Amino acid sequence: MVLGKWLGRLTSGLTKTRSKLADGVRDLFRVGRKVDAEFLRELEETLILGDVGVATTRNIVQDLKSRYRDREITADDDLLGVIKNDLKGSLGDADRSLITNPDGPTVCLVAGVNGSGKTTAVARLARLFLDEGRSVLLACCDTFRAAADEQLRIWSERVGVDMVRHKPGSDPGAVAYDAAEAAVARGIDVLLVDTAGRLHTQDHLMRELGKIRNVLAKKIPGAPHEVLLVLDATTGQNAIAQAKQFRSCIDVTGVFLAKLDGTAKGGIVLAIKQELGIPVKFVGIGEGADDIAPFDPDTFVEALFVGGEA
Amino acid sequence: MFENLTERLGGVFRSLAGRGRLTERNVQDALGEVRTALLEADVNLQVARDFVEKVGRKALGQQVLKTLRPDQVFVKAIHDEMVSLMGPVDAKIPYASPGPTVLMMAGLQGSGKTTSAAKLARLIQNQGHHPMLVACDCHRPAAIEQLMIVGSQVDTPVYSEGLGDPVRIAKKGVAAAAEQNCDVAIIDTAGRLHIDEAMMQEAKDIARAVSPHQIYLVCDAMTGQDAVTSAKEFNEALELSAVILTKLDGDARGGAALSVKAVTGKPIKFVGVGEKLDRLEVFHPDRMANRILGMGDVVGLVEKAQAAVDAGEAARLQEKLLKAEFGLDDFLKQIRQMRRMGPLKDIMSMIPGMGSALKDLPIEEKELDQTEAIIHSMTPGERSKPDLIDASRRRRIARGCGMDTQDVSSLVKSFGQVKNLVRQMQGAGVFGGGRAAVAQQMAQVDLFGHQRKKRGRSKRKRKSRKKRSR
Repeated sequence: MVLGKWLGRLTSGLTKTRSKLADGVRDLFRVGRKVDAEFLRELEETLILGDVGVATTRNIVQDLKSRYRDREITADDDLLGVIKNDLKGSLGDADRSLITNPDGPTVCLVAGVNGSGKTTAVARLARLFLDEGRSVLLACCDTFRAAADEQLRIWSERVGVDMVRHKPGSDPGAVAYDAAEAAVARGIDVLLVDTAGRLHTQDHLMRELGKIRNVLAKKIPGAPHEVLLVLDATTGQNAIAQAKQFRSCIDVTGVFLAKLDGTAKGGIVLAIKQELGIPVKFVGIGEGADDIAPFDPDTFVEALFVGGEA
Repeated sequence: MFENLTERLGGVFRSLAGRGRLTERNVQDALGEVRTALLEADVNLQVARDFVEKVGRKALGQQVLKTLRPDQVFVKAIHDEMVSLMGPVDAKIPYASPGPTVLMMAGLQGSGKTTSAAKLARLIQNQGHHPMLVACDCHRPAAIEQLMIVGSQVDTPVYSEGLGDPVRIAKKGVAAAAEQNCDVAIIDTAGRLHIDEAMMQEAKDIARAVSPHQIYLVCDAMTGQDAVTSAKEFNEALELSAVILTKLDGDARGGAALSVKAVTGKPIKFVGVGEKLDRLEVFHPDRMANRILGMGDVVGLVEKAQAAVDAGEAARLQEKLLKAEFGLDDFLKQIRQMRRMGPLKDIMSMIPGMGSALKDLPIEEKELDQTEAIIHSMTPGERSKPDLIDASRRRRIARGCGMDTQDVSSLVKSFGQVKNLVRQMQGAGVFGGGRAAVAQQMAQVDLFGHQRKKRGRSKRKRKSRKKRSR
């Protein structure tokens, strides 16, 4: 249901704002088109405009080219279908299910750069888990940004879960410690840990994040079981650098792709998946607590080409 | 990750060497490289294409390609074109008289409006004016609390009615500013998607109600291809005055700057370069062009250094350096200061031309740890006069820090090289002028001076490497 809403919104959004850029690639996938220079150029443009990135786009285009040359595919094939299937395959081959802890609280650490949508993502995850019948506790480890704790508190009330927080400016590691302790004591199913936004280039803040991770790991064996990197879907090539740095610091297990309800396609997650092997697990598609959906490669890839087809 | 554009073009033009004549196709190859560099920096496809075409025409017209170093001239032409496209910058805030001057912030969710509003308030205060912040974000939870807090951090009054009708709040906020003798009202609005018709209408209504003197679009520097779409929509709905580009303290190449300017025609006025509320700076098109083209960022490096280095301490060190009293203890301090600036790789990549050199150089933080360890196991006397260190002391130091004696001598030797270099520069009177040249020269001695020596076949770790001094 939510997925339908998402695609519907994407399509309607795109038709409304469809620019001249998109018009140019409209007849890209007419059946019977030859795989010639013009075709490849248009395919490249569609992918680049979706933020897939130069390198990944070239790989895709090269691959298609050589398969065409080897007669694996011909102009009579549904070229669009072939490409889409490849992309869906490469996005879909990873295990996107949530890692859970059978022996105690499942700890889910949420991190990302400033303004990517972490707190909203946490609220939605909380709602999702509640709907699945699991008990949830929130930990507010963003003790830095003004009113971050208030923001999470309001969400926690809206969603109906408890949260652990300290005074602004206190050590986020201490919050993590208390929250982990509380989660164990209360027999909570899922502990969601919200962290302060930080640019991946800031060494000391990345170390702080590492510390939060260590604190959780000490308190609950195997924690954090799930480490989600929240990426803004409008982000361009820098998302790769973000994913790399966050991965090396806290072993990211999945991406939460936020703000996919705009006109941005979030194609960079293709590169992140191919280069770093990090799968997308969830998408955020609105501002409400229930505007979350498990990532669906099919819908995502369809949307990537929507601008070109409509 | 990214190659320097100069290197790429170097490759293209080198392949021409000896073949004599430049053809249209060779030029196209070079332009192709430019286009790729732009796309990797997140410049919008259409913007990149127009840009390349324009540069191509200009470059050919000027026949730059017949010069001795066509790659350099070519890069300069590109750079200049980009600077002129993103400029000129007018960082002035046009204060209205009688006031209050009304400034309105707008943008997508998470672009940094509230933080930028507070930073702007600080900047306006520094210009001798009295701003007031008006809390019109009635959508995001705790947005108003956030504005209250950052407002108090910059000693600026905040007008708020809690949740309510943002249009009315904006109006009353401006009136309140006038009443309280605040001559500037900064209106913070909710983040909104450019395709959300209801929210865009709300922004238009706010603008109509208070007729802002300036409307600023707050745009995240990390934005990809979609930057043009949202900027265009905001510009059409609100008639923007200028753009504030945020989160430039990250490592995004920031192609969005070029895209947004190209598609809206509105200049970038300010850039956000840190979470602290004084980190709002005037936009510099030349620095931005360097950044987008991946040409290093010397100025950025200097600024980063300034942020990490205590000014008094730096002055003392420089004096010592000049008097050749600079010892290993001082060197240790320098290493620590430098490490405060962030991971070594990031810093080095800001030095022009270092990008590719770094690829073969396994610079590891560990080596700095080792250097620190070696210095730590020296006596104070040895640190100030490394010449004291003879074979016996060397063995003791090596034992103390768990390194080889060769590691110790290599450190002492390269330290001597730096000192010599400093002496030479003093002789040449380099201090004061040509800092960049000095930095580069030093980097060469430090990084390449000693470490390519054969070290025998033992699987010994690489010795510690010297770092730049200032």
